[in-house]
Amino acid sequence: MKIVVISGGISHERDISLRSGRRVADALADAGHEVHVLEPDPQLLSRIESLAPAAIVPMVHGASGEDGSLLALLELAGRPYLGSSAQSARLAWSKPAARDRIAECGVAVPEGFVLTRESFRELSAQSILQLLGSTVRFPLVVKPGSGGSSQGVSIVADATGLARALVEAFTYADVALCERWIPGNEVAVSVWRDEVGLRALPPVEIAPQDGIYDFEARYNAGETTFFIPARLEPTAIAALGDAAVRVHRELGLGDFSRVDFIVDDAGTPWFLEANVIPGFTETSLFPLALGGADLTLTEAFDRAVRAVTERAH
Amino acid sequence: MAERGGTSLDPWLHHYAARTAGLSASEVRALFAVASRPEVVSLAGGMPFVSALPQEFVMSALERTMRNHGAAALQYGSGQGTERLREHILDVMALEGISASIDNVVVTTGSQQAVDLVAKLFLDPGDVVLAEAPSYVGALGVFRSYEAEVVHIEVDDDGLVPEALQARIASVRAEGRRIKFLYTIPNFHNPAGVTLSAARRPEILAICRANDILILEDNPYGLLWFDHAAPDALRSIEEDGVIYLGSFSKTFAAGFRVGWALAPHAIREKLVLASESAILSPSVFSQTVIAEYLDAVDWRAQIDTFRGLYRERRDAMVTALDDFLPDIRHTHPGGGFFVWLDLPEELDSKAMLPRAVKELVAYTPGTAFFADGNGRQNIRLSFCYPSAEQIRVGVRRLATVLSAERELLETFRGTGDLRSRSNDQRTTTPPPDVV
Repeated sequence: MKIVVISGGISHERDISLRSGRRVADALADAGHEVHVLEPDPQLLSRIESLAPAAIVPMVHGASGEDGSLLALLELAGRPYLGSSAQSARLAWSKPAARDRIAECGVAVPEGFVLTRESFRELSAQSILQLLGSTVRFPLVVKPGSGGSSQGVSIVADATGLARALVEAFTYADVALCERWIPGNEVAVSVWRDEVGLRALPPVEIAPQDGIYDFEARYNAGETTFFIPARLEPTAIAALGDAAVRVHRELGLGDFSRVDFIVDDAGTPWFLEANVIPGFTETSLFPLALGGADLTLTEAFDRAVRAVTERAH
Repeated sequence: MAERGGTSLDPWLHHYAARTAGLSASEVRALFAVASRPEVVSLAGGMPFVSALPQEFVMSALERTMRNHGAAALQYGSGQGTERLREHILDVMALEGISASIDNVVVTTGSQQAVDLVAKLFLDPGDVVLAEAPSYVGALGVFRSYEAEVVHIEVDDDGLVPEALQARIASVRAEGRRIKFLYTIPNFHNPAGVTLSAARRPEILAICRANDILILEDNPYGLLWFDHAAPDALRSIEEDGVIYLGSFSKTFAAGFRVGWALAPHAIREKLVLASESAILSPSVFSQTVIAEYLDAVDWRAQIDTFRGLYRERRDAMVTALDDFLPDIRHTHPGGGFFVWLDLPEELDSKAMLPRAVKELVAYTPGTAFFADGNGRQNIRLSFCYPSAEQIRVGVRRLATVLSAERELLETFRGTGDLRSRSNDQRTTTPPPDVV
C-alpha cells in the first residue's frame, strides 16, 4: 500500500517528530509498504493529492500536529489517516479542558487550577501570588496549558518558587495549569486499537536517573530506567489499564494514545495528560509498550494502516 | 539489556569513558532543528554563504583534479598534507604578515581537527585552558572532551584584556592548577565579533612568554574584514610560542573540510603523528581541488567578493539592531560573521529560545559559548547566511520576542527571583551548521 507519513513541523518538537516519523516509516517499509515521508509545508496538501495514499500516518508532535489543526485538514481533504479525530485532539491538547473532562469519568485527577497570562497582566501579579501563597497546598506542579516533552514544567516546593515557575510555563503557552504534586511513580500507559478493540498495553514505569523526567531524560538513552510492565501489583496494573482506556474513550481518541499517570503509594493512578501523537523514537515509551506486548512496530503499524483503509471503504 | 527488570535502552551505558559525560542531546540542540525550515529566519547558523562562490570555479577545479591528478587525488596521502597545498597556504598566511616554511604546516580536516590535535597533544585531565569570555563553542567541546577546564578571560571592544589575562594566570596558578595554553580568536571573534587591537598583540604575547604559556591562535575569519584589514597575526610577531590555525572554510568552501596548523617544528612533528593516528591523512582529493582553484582563480578577488557580501549583511544587521532594539548593546564587528548582544540582566537568552522559535526566528544563546554556565544575558546573531532582507525580518521578530519577554517579566516584577530559570547546566553545544 502507498502510505504517507507526515513529520517535522516548526514546533520545538520538530526533531523528535522527524525521528518518530522516520522510525514509523521504516517500520511500514519493512512490512512492504511504499512509504513517503512528507513535511507539513506549503506543498503537503498537493503532494498528498498527487500521491493519493491509501492511508496517512500523522507524526507531527506539538502544535499544528497535536492540536487538531492538521488533522482537521486531512478530514476536510477526505483522506483516511491513522490516529484521532481533529475534535478529540483539540480536547486532549488543552490540558485544562482534558482534565476537567477526565475528572467526570471517575479517573482520579490531581486537584488543580488554571491561570492565564492575561489575568496576571490585568490584575496585580503580586496580589494573585499572595492569594495563591495563602490558599494553595504545596508542592505544586506548574505546566504550560498545552505542549509536550515536559517543556516548561516545574515542581514548586513552596510559594517562593511560584512566580519563576509561572514565567517558565508562560514561555510556552498563555495558560498555565497548576496541579497538586502527587508523590509516586510516573507510569505511561499506551492504548492501541486492534482487531478486537481498544487495549491497554503493558504500563511503562519511568525511573529517571535524576528524579525528573525532563527533555534530557526523555531523549538520551541511559538517563532513565524503564520497567515494563511497571513494578506494581497486578490489581494496580489492571486499574491503570482500565483508567487509560477510560481516558482514551472519554476524550474520544482514535487508534492510539499514550496516557500518563502518577501511581501513588495506595496504587491509585492519577491522570496527568493524554498524548494524541506520542513519540515513536528509540527512547519513546509507546514502542517500549508495544515490545512489552510482544508486538513490533512493523506488526503494529502494518495492522493499523490496513485497518484504516478497511474503515475507509 | 535488562537491569534488574528495567532497561535503560543503552546496553553499553556502564562502558562509556568518563570523559563522555557531557555528550547528550539537549532541548536547545533540538530547537536548532527548527532553524532549517524556510519559514524560520535563522540568525543562529555559522554557515558561510558558499553560493557566492561561482560554481564554474569549483567545477573547473574538480575537472582538472580528475583529469590531471585522478589517481593521486583518490589515494591516501601524506599525513602532513600535500606539498602543493602547503605552498599555497604560505601565500594565504602571507596576507596576515606570516612568513613560514612549508615544513611547519600541517594540513588538517578543517581547523577543527587542528584544535582537537593540539588538545590531544597537550591536555591532561584537570589542565587549564585559558580562553576569551565568551569563546568558540566548537573549541570548548574539544577541551571538555579531554577533561580540561576552561578559564575565561574578559574581553572588551579591543579584544582580550591584557590585565585580566595577567590576573587570571596568577589566580589560577595560586590555586595550584596547571595552565597549558591560551586559546584565542584574535580577529572578528566568534562569537563576540571583536578584534584584538594591534597595540594589545605584543602585550598578550609578552604576558604569555613571561609565563611560559603557549598560544593557540585560531584565525578562520582574519581575511574577511570589512572596513580595514585586521592587524597582523600573533604568529607574525612570535614564532616559537604560537600555534597558528587557518581554514579554507570561509574563504573558499567549508564542504571540502580543509584547514591547517602552523606550528613550531617540535610540535609540528607530534601533530603529524597524532593526525596520522587519527585519520591517516587529510583528504588528498579536497587538497588537490583547492590547490587547483588557488592556481587558476584570482582567489584574492573572490575573497573581496565575500567581503562585500558579508559587509552588506553586517550593515543590515547593525542597522536592524539599531532600529528595532535601540536599547540593547551590541558589538559592531569589523569583519567575520557574528554580532554579540548584551541583554538586560532580567532576560535569559536560553529560556527565551522556545518563544523565539515560535516567532520564527532562531539565534544562539550565549550559554553555548561559556564553559562555566555564564552567557544567559547574551545572544549571538550571525549575519553570514541570511540575506539582508531576511536579517531585517529576523531582527524585527527578535525584537517582538524580547518585548514579549520583558512584558512577561514586568508583569511579575517584584515577586521574587525570576532569573536562571532552567537548572540545566549542560553545555548547549549546537550542531555543526550552527557553530
